Amino acid sequence: MSGNMNLTLKVWRQKNTKTNGELVDYKVNEISPDMSFLEMFDVLNEKLITEGKDPIAFDHDCREGICGMCSMHINGRPHGPLQGVTTCQLHMRSFKDGDTIVVEPWRAQAFPVIKDLAVNRSAFDRIIAAGGYVSINTGNAQDANNLPISKDNADEAFAAAACIGCGACVAACKNASAMLFVSAKVSQLSLLPQGQPEKQSRVINMVAQMDAEGFGSCTNTGACEAECPKGISLSNIARMNREFIGAELGSEKY
Amino acid sequence: MSKLDAKIPEGQLETKWTKFKSSVPLVNPANKRSLEIIIVGSGLAGSAAAASLAELGYKVKVFCFQDSPRRAHSIAAQGGINAAKNYQNDGDSVYRLFYDTIKGGDYRAREANVHRLAEVSGNIIDQCVAQGVPFAREYGGLLSNRSFGGTQVQRTFYAAGQTGQQLLLGAYSSLERQIGMGAVQMFSRHEMLDIVNVDGVCRGIIARDLVTGKLERHFGHAVLLCSGGYGNVFYLSTNAMGSNVTAAWKAHKQGAFFGNPCYTQIHPTCIPVSGDHQSKLTLMSESLRNDGRIWVPKQKDDQRKPIDIPEEERDYYLERRYPAFGNLVPRDVASRAAKERCDAGYGVGSSKMAVYLDFTFNMDRYGKIEVTKHNIHNADAATIRKLGKEVVKEKYGNLFDMYKQITGEDPYEMPMRIYPAVHYTMGGLWVDYNLMTTVPGLYALGEANFSDHGANRLGASALMQGLADGYFVIPYTIGSYLSNEIRTKAISTDHEAFVVAENKVKESINKLLTINGTKSVDHFHKRLGKIMWDKCGMARNEKGLKEAIEEIKSLRTEFWKDVRVTGTADEFNPELEKAGRVADFIELGELMCVDALTRNESCGGHFREEYQTEEGEALRDDVNFAFVSAWEYKGEGNFELHKEELKYENIKIAARSYK
Repeated sequence: MSGNMNLTLKVWRQKNTKTNGELVDYKVNEISPDMSFLEMFDVLNEKLITEGKDPIAFDHDCREGICGMCSMHINGRPHGPLQGVTTCQLHMRSFKDGDTIVVEPWRAQAFPVIKDLAVNRSAFDRIIAAGGYVSINTGNAQDANNLPISKDNADEAFAAAACIGCGACVAACKNASAMLFVSAKVSQLSLLPQGQPEKQSRVINMVAQMDAEGFGSCTNTGACEAECPKGISLSNIARMNREFIGAELGSEKY
Repeated sequence: MSKLDAKIPEGQLETKWTKFKSSVPLVNPANKRSLEIIIVGSGLAGSAAAASLAELGYKVKVFCFQDSPRRAHSIAAQGGINAAKNYQNDGDSVYRLFYDTIKGGDYRAREANVHRLAEVSGNIIDQCVAQGVPFAREYGGLLSNRSFGGTQVQRTFYAAGQTGQQLLLGAYSSLERQIGMGAVQMFSRHEMLDIVNVDGVCRGIIARDLVTGKLERHFGHAVLLCSGGYGNVFYLSTNAMGSNVTAAWKAHKQGAFFGNPCYTQIHPTCIPVSGDHQSKLTLMSESLRNDGRIWVPKQKDDQRKPIDIPEEERDYYLERRYPAFGNLVPRDVASRAAKERCDAGYGVGSSKMAVYLDFTFNMDRYGKIEVTKHNIHNADAATIRKLGKEVVKEKYGNLFDMYKQITGEDPYEMPMRIYPAVHYTMGGLWVDYNLMTTVPGLYALGEANFSDHGANRLGASALMQGLADGYFVIPYTIGSYLSNEIRTKAISTDHEAFVVAENKVKESINKLLTINGTKSVDHFHKRLGKIMWDKCGMARNEKGLKEAIEEIKSLRTEFWKDVRVTGTADEFNPELEKAGRVADFIELGELMCVDALTRNESCGGHFREEYQTEEGEALRDDVNFAFVSAWEYKGEGNFELHKEELKYENIKIAARSYK
């Protein structure tokens, strides 16, 4: 192990969705600055298992910052102190020996806690299912280069599409609003010619689903953008608002 | 051979697939509505298959262990996806992609499957663009390409270093659309723990709801395993923490043969291991080898910083050994070459188990082009470097950031240190041309099957194969089976076979929970990984493999006596999930060693030290080993080998050379 950091953790423990939770103190010793934050949790869990205690449940999978599964609220910030970094890519060199670190799950009505630090984010899937796609069945596509797209638009669509669906934006927002997540998908598709035929129904349906899931309203504080590990821009929200108003006013259907 | 009928259509290679498609039996739309298909796994193969089959009208259920289908590990693929579009006018064609893939696989893949893959590769790009996948583009608005290993054309489509993410989100959006329309029922946070066979035919699965712990029975006329590869048998790999072999292994134990288990891809460019705490390894995309040059110092134990070592004292060993392909040799070749240098004592970094991947040469080359473009006269070296850095940043920015985050070093200033790591498994469930396993009604798609990459997969071909299987192959091939199933009524999940299967799963869970030993699941997983890496990794030999088999056997015994699995069966219990997966990995590890021991030759990712040329290249034995090994499970630690002979009718089988 060869590490020299000793830390105090205050970790949210909650047995399941129905019970109440509380912060529990843990000591972890001999932590190496080269460990990732989740590897530090592995060390703690190994210790708990050896002691016959229940290890801490947390979501994680790829551990390379792309799957969007890890979701720890660290010292009051989603994914911890660094900008543009997911929890799994946060390393212990960002902390000091002797630090006390508070670790909580995402807090949002629409993201109920499953156990400890793991929450249910299926609301995001339902929002995508409401319209976050282009309706194209397999086998119906024309040759890819028959549809030139300006590099600027393609790049901007890519920047919006880089969202990993982790939910940090919701966790960061005092209203638990999902506007950054929803707007990233709306933007990606509205910037591209493929997304045009369903432009209006998409934004209306996705926003309706977002509201139905119990996410809060956007009050433009920008915490979502500040905490997004993938740098998704607030300008997406502005674009979605324009699309939404356009759809509401401009469409005969809605 | 009756057991291993690959069902390859007759006729000319170029027309097999077209003829197959126009003659395969169809299922009429009304009948499709009553046919149920279960799909396990939601990566590229699973999501693409689910969306496509639901669009056709089948009733589809999808299962994934993650909290959302979008998390599947296809998402982490970085570099790109191959397609024989020839947009670059550089001489690419379906035949060349086919040829490169067969050769790259060291002549151990099936011609007909690979040709089909090359044929549909172009459709994949069309489909993804139509979904809104934001591929990289040129200023004219057309798609951009780059090079990958083992090819001399530019056929790789990409979206920065996040190609897998963008392709998966495309397939995921199509899947979610079908979920929203009620055509697909999604079961996330569910893990398949067994298949259910009725009268020798696969009719469903037993799945565990990972949140409540409840075991569920699901019926399907057909079951598709799209559950990925088994690289995590090595504990440390570039796979996700949850990636596992359980679905495929349970199927294997119920009659599905396992093909070529010993073919493992060790990827040459990964961030080296930094300590015992390490839980996974991180890939640095092969695309970096477009612009990065790999070298070690010519002098052993050179203590100087890499930037202080002059050009003439560096050994660009790939360029030296393989001038025709240089830094873009296939992965198995590049990995072995790195190991050779490190074993010979030329490695760098504190562990001496790393080589440099250096971008300075190409940063300066790009800088000079930028200077010319912008009419800057007499630019100094710093300006050139600065402009070149911008170009490199645009191409690989996210990878450089990731490297910096993990190692704490800035790769724009210092060459990256890299070393090979387990990345992909070419082996998997044996399937025929229809992608059906040896269990009727049970299919395997994507990395979970063994089919298209032979003994070594070329870069940017995994995404291609996953999507080909899901979008363009299974929707046709499944018709030949389901057209005979239209009279099969849904079988009640009260059927005895379901009851028996569920009880078996329940028993195995209870057993894990009641051992109450002294060591954690991870403890056993790490030990298994070490045995596999040391003795069935980048180089294998008879003695080591025999030892490994014994060590794994005793590890299995110890595991079932001394593992400690905390918690209960009826709650969210990640330790229990891990325990089941590691138990399966231990059994698989043994089979991998048995397979490696049986294959007395070196080919692709399987390098037996006894079989090499004087120059240290892999030495194949086409007379005795031009076959697919398909293993039948005969009970604990007992496997029977079946052989599928590989016939090369269109490609002249030859020693693989990248010189």
